[in-house]
Amino acid sequence: MIKIEHLVKNYGSNCAVDDISFEVEKGEIVGFLGPNGAGKSTTMNILTGYISSTAGRASIAGIDILSHPLEAKKLIGYLPEQPPLYLDMTVKEFLNFNYNIKGCTLDRAAHIQEICEVVKVQDVLNRVIRNLSKGYRQRVGIAGALVGNPQVIIFDEPTVGLDPKQIIEIRNLIRTLGKEHTVILSTHILQEVQAVCDRIIIINKGKIVADEKTENIARIVENNRRFNVKISGPQKEVLSALKNMSGIAYADVLAERDGDAYTYMIESEAGTDVRKKLFYEMSAKNWPIIGLEALGVSLEDIFITVVDQSSKGTVERERERKAVRRGERGRGRTTLEAAMANEMVDEAKKRRESQSSIGLSNLDEDQEDYHDDGTGQPGAEGKED
Amino acid sequence: MFAIYKKELRSFFINPIGYVYLGVFLVFSAVLCCYTTIVAASYNTSSYFRYMIFAFIILIPLLTMRLFAEERKLKTEQLLLTAPVTITGMVLGKYLAALTLFVGSMLFSCINFIPIYVYGNIERAGTSYSSTQIGPVTGQIFGSFFALLLLGAAFLAIGTFISALTENQLSAAVITIGVIAAMVFLNLLNSLKDSDGQQIISSYVIRAIIDWISVLSRFSTFSYGVFDFSAMIYYISLAFVFLFLTVRVYDKRRWG
Repeated sequence: MIKIEHLVKNYGSNCAVDDISFEVEKGEIVGFLGPNGAGKSTTMNILTGYISSTAGRASIAGIDILSHPLEAKKLIGYLPEQPPLYLDMTVKEFLNFNYNIKGCTLDRAAHIQEICEVVKVQDVLNRVIRNLSKGYRQRVGIAGALVGNPQVIIFDEPTVGLDPKQIIEIRNLIRTLGKEHTVILSTHILQEVQAVCDRIIIINKGKIVADEKTENIARIVENNRRFNVKISGPQKEVLSALKNMSGIAYADVLAERDGDAYTYMIESEAGTDVRKKLFYEMSAKNWPIIGLEALGVSLEDIFITVVDQSSKGTVERERERKAVRRGERGRGRTTLEAAMANEMVDEAKKRRESQSSIGLSNLDEDQEDYHDDGTGQPGAEGKED
Repeated sequence: MFAIYKKELRSFFINPIGYVYLGVFLVFSAVLCCYTTIVAASYNTSSYFRYMIFAFIILIPLLTMRLFAEERKLKTEQLLLTAPVTITGMVLGKYLAALTLFVGSMLFSCINFIPIYVYGNIERAGTSYSSTQIGPVTGQIFGSFFALLLLGAAFLAIGTFISALTENQLSAAVITIGVIAAMVFLNLLNSLKDSDGQQIISSYVIRAIIDWISVLSRFSTFSYGVFDFSAMIYYISLAFVFLFLTVRVYDKRRWG
């Protein structure tokens, strides 16, 4: 249905899309996954004929988008990253305009009615788009893309800025659409593609790094090896016990405290499930486990796995990891935050040690250190008590 | 193309801009007509048309400034460019919408001539010299009116082009005002004279070039009621060139 061959797009000397090729079959829902600036939107813009490619071909149902733009565009419903809404129109007028501009031949009233029912905008049909909330605007944008019943639907980050309930609604909607249409959606949220897509294409820095069925990606996710475990007991002993336990590759304490319990992050060795063993060992020592939480696999982890497979240079990998981390900020507790917490603990420890060795001979520096501790790391202070 | 034309025409009337344009245009033309003919006790409409050109410097940008700049700012052009419409169709739809409003307001301003004709009839009835021309010369009015339409169409195309270059309405308007003003006032350079009565631009060649570029010099033949075919071609090709450039701007952006 959709065929992209050796697509390249340069912006000046900056290469946004670097030799991408893939195909999408009819009726497939494909997720386009990648960090910000990976080239997702650029690829979609090329596919919809908004911009042209520097090299390569993109075709919809065998029709080349560059040589026969009008025919190809008729087959596409596109919702760009920022929904293109005329704020001074009512929803009804906007849908009618979409109907006119796409040159639809379907029965106007019935078709628009049907779309409104699918995306649930009947209540706001006569309201001016300017006055609608973000969620409704997004839905109106989707409605606009659906006008004309296009065979291919392309959504660029359709759930950005929506509240959780709306996100679930939109995902359900996309799943429904996938039954009759070919859908491509882009996102930087892994859970989203897992929830809706049949196939996931991971793109990074303009290159496809993975093109897998969702089940395969899900397998990586299920092979989860990292846990946050909350154990009530003396911190140092627990940590050393954890570190010495067989089957645990990595253990460290996080800057989180709950009564006499601390949270530890552990990573098991590949292929072993340490949870039961952990329970028995801790109970034998009379340190109750009061919480065990599997850390979700982040996009970053998938990247590392995928990028490891494609055997790239370490420097590049590190840069990619950083890019992903930046993109993920603000989505709950990430491994970056955990790592930062660890660093804070280490620093505080070092500072304590150096303080006790210097003694009181250098008062000025000591005061500065205290000042730093007080403002910068309140959590770390409490940890050492 | 027709969908875009309709949408654009509609948006003139759901935004204040269309009403501002119509209000300013009609009031200005009525006052101007009143002062140049009735107050001045003259049937000669040539100064009315000439001053209308100066009004265009402000009025035309009102129509064109938001055509593309607004779409670009709100990213709605993405909808138009990914819809099955050619860029030429998009540009023409928008241009024709602005042109329609312009021509409509021009036609509406024709009511300004009614009092002049009425006065002319009254005066003619009161005199015995039936051989002399009393009242306005219809041929001159037609010629000037037609020329004004052509001139406006050319200016609209220039405004459309400038609007496609920027995503800020205000800068589109200011640049359009600047360009149109320059085109209108360029002609005045030729008539500048220093204290000795010598023309400041002494070179005949430069004067000829300015005269050729100037949109105003071509206007005068029409105002005598003479249909100047070459001037008509000049204005139409001016409009065509700038519309073509607008299409190229969008083509270029796609390939950029």
